[in-house]
Amino acid sequence: MIRIAKVLRLFWRTSWAAEMEYRGNFIFACLSSFGNLFGSAFSLWLFYRAGAGFPGWTVHEGAVVLGVFSIFTGVVASVLSPNLSRIVTHVQEGTLDLLLLKPLDSQLQVSLRVLSPWGVPDVVFGALVCAWGLWESQRAGGWSVVAVVPFGAGVVLLYALWFLVATTSVWFTKIYNATEVLRGLLDAGRFPMAAYPAIYRLVFTFVVPVAFLTTVPAEALLGRSTSTWMLASPAVACAAFIASRLVWRRALRSYTGASG
Amino acid sequence: MSLFLLRVRGLFRSNYAFMTEYRAELILWALSNSLSFILMGVWFQATERASFALTSIEVVRYFLAVFVVRQLTIVYVIWAFEEQVVQGKLAPILLQPIDPVWRHVMSHIAERIARLPFSIFLVALFFAIYPAAWFVPAPSTLAWFFFFGGAAFCLRFAIQYTIAMGCFWTERASSIEMVTFLAYLFFGGAIAPLDFFPPQFREIILYSPFPYLIWFPAKVLMGTVSTAELAQAAAIMSGWFVAVVVANRLLWRAGLRRFSAMGA
Repeated sequence: MIRIAKVLRLFWRTSWAAEMEYRGNFIFACLSSFGNLFGSAFSLWLFYRAGAGFPGWTVHEGAVVLGVFSIFTGVVASVLSPNLSRIVTHVQEGTLDLLLLKPLDSQLQVSLRVLSPWGVPDVVFGALVCAWGLWESQRAGGWSVVAVVPFGAGVVLLYALWFLVATTSVWFTKIYNATEVLRGLLDAGRFPMAAYPAIYRLVFTFVVPVAFLTTVPAEALLGRSTSTWMLASPAVACAAFIASRLVWRRALRSYTGASG
Repeated sequence: MSLFLLRVRGLFRSNYAFMTEYRAELILWALSNSLSFILMGVWFQATERASFALTSIEVVRYFLAVFVVRQLTIVYVIWAFEEQVVQGKLAPILLQPIDPVWRHVMSHIAERIARLPFSIFLVALFFAIYPAAWFVPAPSTLAWFFFFGGAAFCLRFAIQYTIAMGCFWTERASSIEMVTFLAYLFFGGAIAPLDFFPPQFREIILYSPFPYLIWFPAKVLMGTVSTAELAQAAAIMSGWFVAVVVANRLLWRAGLRRFSAMGA
C-alpha cells in the first residue's frame, strides 16, 4: 500500500507539473466550470419557475444535487478523462506492451497515471454551491460525517464505470470519444432521481447506477438518507470495482501487442 | 471527369475508409448524445405536472428532434486541427495544392454517412419503445429541415474552425471551445427548449448564432415555424456565417505567418 502511495505521488507530481506549463488554461477551466454551473442553475430555475419542480425536493435541495454533480464533473476532468485518452493511445500505438512489462499493477498504471489540475475549479465551485444549498434549505445541521460513505462510494463507482468503458479500447482500439459517452451518462446526475419518470429511475439505479453518484450522496448531506441506500452504495461500488478488475484481466488476455 | 470532382471523390473515399476502419467510435458518437433522451425524461415529467409552453408529447418530439439535429451536426474539427498544429502534421498538408479545410469538411461528411445507420437504428428503436411519439413530417417540412440542418452544420463548423485558428497562438485552443460548447448547449436549446425561457431573454439570444444550431432546426422538423420565422432565421444565420468566414480567413493568413512547422 505504501509503495502504491509513493508511486502515485510521483506519477501525479510529474503529470501535474507538465499540465501547469499551460497556466493560461486555468482561466478557461474556471470560465467553463462557472458557465456550466450557471447554466445548470438556470435550468433548475426553469423547472421551478412554472411551479413544476421535482416532487419532494425544494429548489435549494436541488442545488445540493447540482453541487455534488459539479464535484464529480471535476473528478472526471482531473483524473478520468486525461487518463482515458492515454489508454487509447497506448493501445493504438502499441506502447501498452512496455507498461505491461513493468513490475507494477497494470490497471493502476494505466488508469491513475495522470492527475490534471483542470478539474479543481469544478470541485471548488461545486462545494460552494453544495454549502449554499444546505444553508438555504436549513438542513445544515443534518449534514453529517456519514455522507463521506456515499461520497467515497460514488468516486469508486464512477472510476469503475469509466474504467469499464476505457477497457473496451483493447477490443475496439480507437475510442477517444468514450469520454463523451461517460459525460452523457453522468449528465443524468444533474437532477435528483425524483425528476425522472419511473422507467428512467429503474435504469439509473440498476443498469447505469447514476443514482448512487449524485442523488444518494446529496440525500446523505441533507440528512434524510435511509439505511438501505447507505448500505447499498458501498456494495454497488465494490461490485463495480471488482467487475472493472475482472474485465481488465479478460481484456489483457485478448490483447495482442501492436508494437511487436 | 473534372479535376474538382476527382478531388472530391478522392477525399471522400479516403476519409470514408478511415472512418469505417474504427467503427466502434462511430457507435460511441451515436450514444454520446444520450443527453437528449435524459432531458426528455426530466422535461416530460415536469410538463406532466405543470403547464409549460409545450405539452408533454411535444417535449418528447422536441428532444427527439434535438437528437436528430445533433447527430447531423457533430463537429470535431478543432480537435483534429489542434493535433495537426501542435504535432506539426500541418506542414506537409500545406504543401498540397488544396486548402487543408476541405480535408476536414470531407472527413465530417464521410463520418456522417458512416454513422447514419446507427442513428437511424436508434430513432427506430425509440419509436418502437414509445410509439405515442410517432409523427410524419410533411415533405416540405422535411425539405426545410434538411436545409436548416445543413446550414446549422456549416455555421457550427465555421465557428469551430475559426476558434481552432487560436491554435497558432495558444496550442490549447480546445479549451476555448469548451466554453463555447456550454453556450451551444444552453442557448442552443439542448438543455431546455427556448420556448421555456423568459420571453425577453429569448428575444436577445435569438440574435446570437446558438439557437439556430439546435433549437431552430428541431422546431422546423416539428413543423411549428412560420414562413416569416424561416426567413428571419436564414437572414441571421447567413449574416453570422459571412462574418465568421471572413474572420476565419483573416486569422488563417495571420496564423500561417506565425506557424513555424514544429516537428516537420
